[in-house]
Amino acid sequence: MSEQSYVRTEMLSEQPAPLGQTGMLKWMRENLFSSIMNSIMTVVSFAVIILVLMQLIPWMMQPSWVSGSLRQCLDDPNIDGACWGVIRDRFNQLMYGFYPHAEQWRPNLAVVLMLVAVAPVLFDKLPRKMVWFSAIYPFLGAWLLWGGSAWTPILVVAGFAIGYIAFKMLHNMVGNMAMIGAVLAAVIWWLYGIGSVSAWLHSMLPIGIEAVPSSQFGGFMLSMTIGISGIALSLPIGIVLALGRQSDMFIIKTLSVGYIELIRGVPLITLLFVASVLLNFFMPPGTNFDLILRVIIMVTLFAAAYMAEVIRGGLAALPVGQYEAADALGLDYWKSMRLIIMPQALKISIPGIVGSFIGLFKDTTLVSVIGLLDPVGLIRTIQGSAEWNGLVWELFLFVSLLFWLFCFSMSRYSMYLERKLQTSH
Amino acid sequence: MKKSVLLGTIAAMGVMAGVASAGTLDDVKANGVLKCGVSTGLVGFAAPDANGNWEGFDVDICRAVAAAVLGDGDAVQFVPLSSKVRFTALSSGEIDMLARNTTWTFSRDVDLGFTFTGVNYYDGQGFMVRKDLGVASATELDGATICITTGTTTELNLADYFRTNGMSYEPVPIENNAEAMQQYLSGACDVYTTDASALAATRASFETPDDHMLLPEIVSKEPLGPLVREGDEPWGDIVRWTLNALITAEELGVTKANLEEMAAGTDNPEINRMLGTEGNLGEMLGLDADWAQRVIAVGGNYGEIFEANIGESTAIGLSRGLNALWTQGGLIYTPPFR
Amino acid sequence: MAMADQPAAKSFRLSMLLYDTRYRSITIQIIMLGLFVAGVWWLLDNMYSNLDELGKRPNFTFLTAPAGYDINQRLIEYSSQSTNARAWLVGLLNTLLVAVMGCILATVLGVSIGVLRLSKNWIIARLMTAYIEIFRNVPLLLLIIFAMSIFINIFPQPKLFRGEDALSSMYFWDSVAFTNRGWYIPKPVFESGSMIVGIVFLLSIAGIFVFGRWAKKRQEATGEILPNFWIKLGILVIPAVVFYYIMGQPISLNYPELKGFNFKGGLHLRNSLIALWLALSLYTAAFIAEAVRAGIMAIDKGQTEAAAALGLRPKRIMKLVVLPQALRVIIPPLISQYLNLTKNSSLAVAVGYMDLTGTLGGITLNQTGRALESILLLMITYLAISLSISMVMNFYNNSVKLKER
Repeated sequence: MSEQSYVRTEMLSEQPAPLGQTGMLKWMRENLFSSIMNSIMTVVSFAVIILVLMQLIPWMMQPSWVSGSLRQCLDDPNIDGACWGVIRDRFNQLMYGFYPHAEQWRPNLAVVLMLVAVAPVLFDKLPRKMVWFSAIYPFLGAWLLWGGSAWTPILVVAGFAIGYIAFKMLHNMVGNMAMIGAVLAAVIWWLYGIGSVSAWLHSMLPIGIEAVPSSQFGGFMLSMTIGISGIALSLPIGIVLALGRQSDMFIIKTLSVGYIELIRGVPLITLLFVASVLLNFFMPPGTNFDLILRVIIMVTLFAAAYMAEVIRGGLAALPVGQYEAADALGLDYWKSMRLIIMPQALKISIPGIVGSFIGLFKDTTLVSVIGLLDPVGLIRTIQGSAEWNGLVWELFLFVSLLFWLFCFSMSRYSMYLERKLQTSH
Repeated sequence: MKKSVLLGTIAAMGVMAGVASAGTLDDVKANGVLKCGVSTGLVGFAAPDANGNWEGFDVDICRAVAAAVLGDGDAVQFVPLSSKVRFTALSSGEIDMLARNTTWTFSRDVDLGFTFTGVNYYDGQGFMVRKDLGVASATELDGATICITTGTTTELNLADYFRTNGMSYEPVPIENNAEAMQQYLSGACDVYTTDASALAATRASFETPDDHMLLPEIVSKEPLGPLVREGDEPWGDIVRWTLNALITAEELGVTKANLEEMAAGTDNPEINRMLGTEGNLGEMLGLDADWAQRVIAVGGNYGEIFEANIGESTAIGLSRGLNALWTQGGLIYTPPFR
Repeated sequence: MAMADQPAAKSFRLSMLLYDTRYRSITIQIIMLGLFVAGVWWLLDNMYSNLDELGKRPNFTFLTAPAGYDINQRLIEYSSQSTNARAWLVGLLNTLLVAVMGCILATVLGVSIGVLRLSKNWIIARLMTAYIEIFRNVPLLLLIIFAMSIFINIFPQPKLFRGEDALSSMYFWDSVAFTNRGWYIPKPVFESGSMIVGIVFLLSIAGIFVFGRWAKKRQEATGEILPNFWIKLGILVIPAVVFYYIMGQPISLNYPELKGFNFKGGLHLRNSLIALWLALSLYTAAFIAEAVRAGIMAIDKGQTEAAAALGLRPKRIMKLVVLPQALRVIIPPLISQYLNLTKNSSLAVAVGYMDLTGTLGGITLNQTGRALESILLLMITYLAISLSISMVMNFYNNSVKLKER
């Protein structure tokens, strides 16, 4: 036993890993310099980033916030780069266009209320009753933006009640076909009833806020108005089109497919041309919508086709068992759609809907081509003004940044939703 | 049964919605506001200031018409229109009249179905170049790159001019004046061409106007004037005679300052007829007797409007030239108030 | 009237139209069709009464009248005396030109970025992610205008190239000039005999395919892999070069030169074209990159591991195992991005590029006042382009489906 010269009786304490195998160095070796090619690419990338930042940061960091015109910036020896005064000078215009200063709380309030209205759709923990607010919001929001007599939105909502009453009355007589009567009653009320009744009620009891014509809308407020109303209004049309496209009735399917393919086959700008020069020709002589309403109509028709495809994706993603189960319960088509299929299909479609909203919001910049003063249109106007004539980059950067922030956060949110939906299966 | 009810309702809706509108005059009075199409922004002719108030030469014509019809020069809704949409906006009834430096041409008058109610500015297409380009005449522009604003008579005139002179050029079509300015100033085009008045206005807004010059050639006739839809003569008459009243007022020496004095009655029967102290011209137009007084009260007579917006005392600095009264060697002339 | 169309069954009652499932769908369809026809009729009736009031019936004769305006970039013969229909064609070709150029560049960029985004190199992957997130979330119109502003404001004016000690100079041995009016590059001039060189070149391309097949068969038979790339390059270049000299150098280059106001000679790529092309490509590349990444990620890891277990090197795994499978996932969204790019090329109007929207939907519309007809033709043209692209996509989808067993 004595040959046994040495037996370790206690464990060696743990040694730190070699320098190259831990922490920063290991990470760098694996992720930045794993091969010669990778090392070269890493070095080149860093060089490019540093070069760009060296150019950009000094240009951006300029004490030019207070300048009142480009001339002041050029004359100031301390300023040798961006002239940010234009953002301070025209911030209000870029946000609200020519919306009256005193009334700008209204668009702000409309945005806040909109967040409240979409909350029950996006977060399922909130009380279901809030959906009623979401249903009323479109009318409330439109009234806040355009103003005028408070009776008009109330009477528009009343149209739904009229339709519902007509449905109940006709239902006993003709069953499901009462739907047509109900729709007709509501449409006739909206087209011919509201104007006079609203005027009469307003003369009896004038409640309302100052009316703002849409020609004063502009800036981001205009983009938001067009984008949000486009998406909100296109949702019901899109659902109908998606159902029509899935229908086994030939004529209905053909009409839906034809519409969707027609709209998806032409660029938005041609539809905006229609809005700006043609739409009034298709209305009865004497009727006139203003340009922004016409743009909203065409944008809605455009978005509806894309919305229909998104919802069709949601419908297709549902397992066939859901349809069969609904049939097995003996539900008729509309009941099975309303109670079983649509709630699930719409839930699956939310990321897609958010995606098409991002696309539509970016596309609202096209309205500058037909002369509306959205942020891009305002860039041109501001560049043409005497104070800022010759200014190029600052406005582009600012407007791009705002659009980017908005779209990027929306896309992150949609990705989060997608992940959440995936785990819930 | 149900279907016949349905179709009947649809037909009824069509009929009800299809009730034709009355004349433009009644519409304007019913709305209480005149919808007037103007340029999207050409300093001196029509441009909004920082608060969104419109001002300019064309704008004042709109205000004068609003004053004649509605009694208030501010009862105007200005609809800024690009050159692309201006005509359809007018023919679809989106606006009641168009005062947007629009050239009176045969095809616009006859084929497009509009009535031009007169000329408020005699213009012509000119060329602006940098002085250091070393060009003294438009005939030396062979091979030049030329910025044009699209949708106007300008591009047709330009094509004609270069073709008749056997020269080539490179057109750079641009949507609006602000962008054309940017391209011209950065040297992306050698020449900027549009109506000479607009060139002068643009040049005036440059940092160093003296580096640029207008070439002597005026290659086209551009009589600019307000227009209305064809087929509504009473309304056309009102716009036409509002403009005529402004011009006649200058000719007869009626100004904003002496208007009240003149309106009390003068020795000159034409002034009296125009201002409504004699005869019933206003009634014939479907307006009241002192319509012309209100027209002149808004911004003064033609000469005063010209001076205030684009005249030599302003940054734009246009001389009267062709737009002087006929008594002073210009072309501005009206039929008599009789 | 719908009743009359129904087959009169023996015990037919009106209510059966609604409650009998045999008839209900027909009833509903006829009602919908009726509503649709009534709606269209209503719109057309309004249109006609509006147009009658103006005395303007739809009329397409303006297409054969002289256009009267000039177009700077024309791929076919055109002058201000040509007809409006010809201007429409010029615009169509310009649209197709920028669309094809855009699709090529966007694919190259998009595929590289999509693959690089999956790179193990941390900084490269991050940079590519940043690229995608920046370009996807900014409106395309802003990108186009921004690109145009860069070209106008940063590149030198042609006159700066003038004189002994000029402030700017041409690149690549005085053959290329970057100015703020566009890029001037040498233009190939084809003389007699160039035809043969061209044919030889085309034959070489065909030869490459033949060789590729032969090499594959040989590899299957013997297992040997030839240095394919170098042999193919040789087939492509050598015969054409040989014939070029045999025919006495029939193809020469015409270099741009500064004459008068502008550069003359060479090929003028106008900055409106380049700005539009780059902006469209950079924007669409971000979407293509996402499609490529999704396609590669869709391939099960087991596939890569199995290939690695077989002893394939990473490059060959990509080429032989991952890509062929990923392509099936990638190509449908890729084609729909091509479709988007083509439609988005209509934003050319913002930079004055004379595409379809600029000629037919722009100047022709303005000058003739025929808004209804012009916009109708414009939409039909775009629709035709889109439908042809969708047809290609459907064709591809079907051909891929067939391969699945």
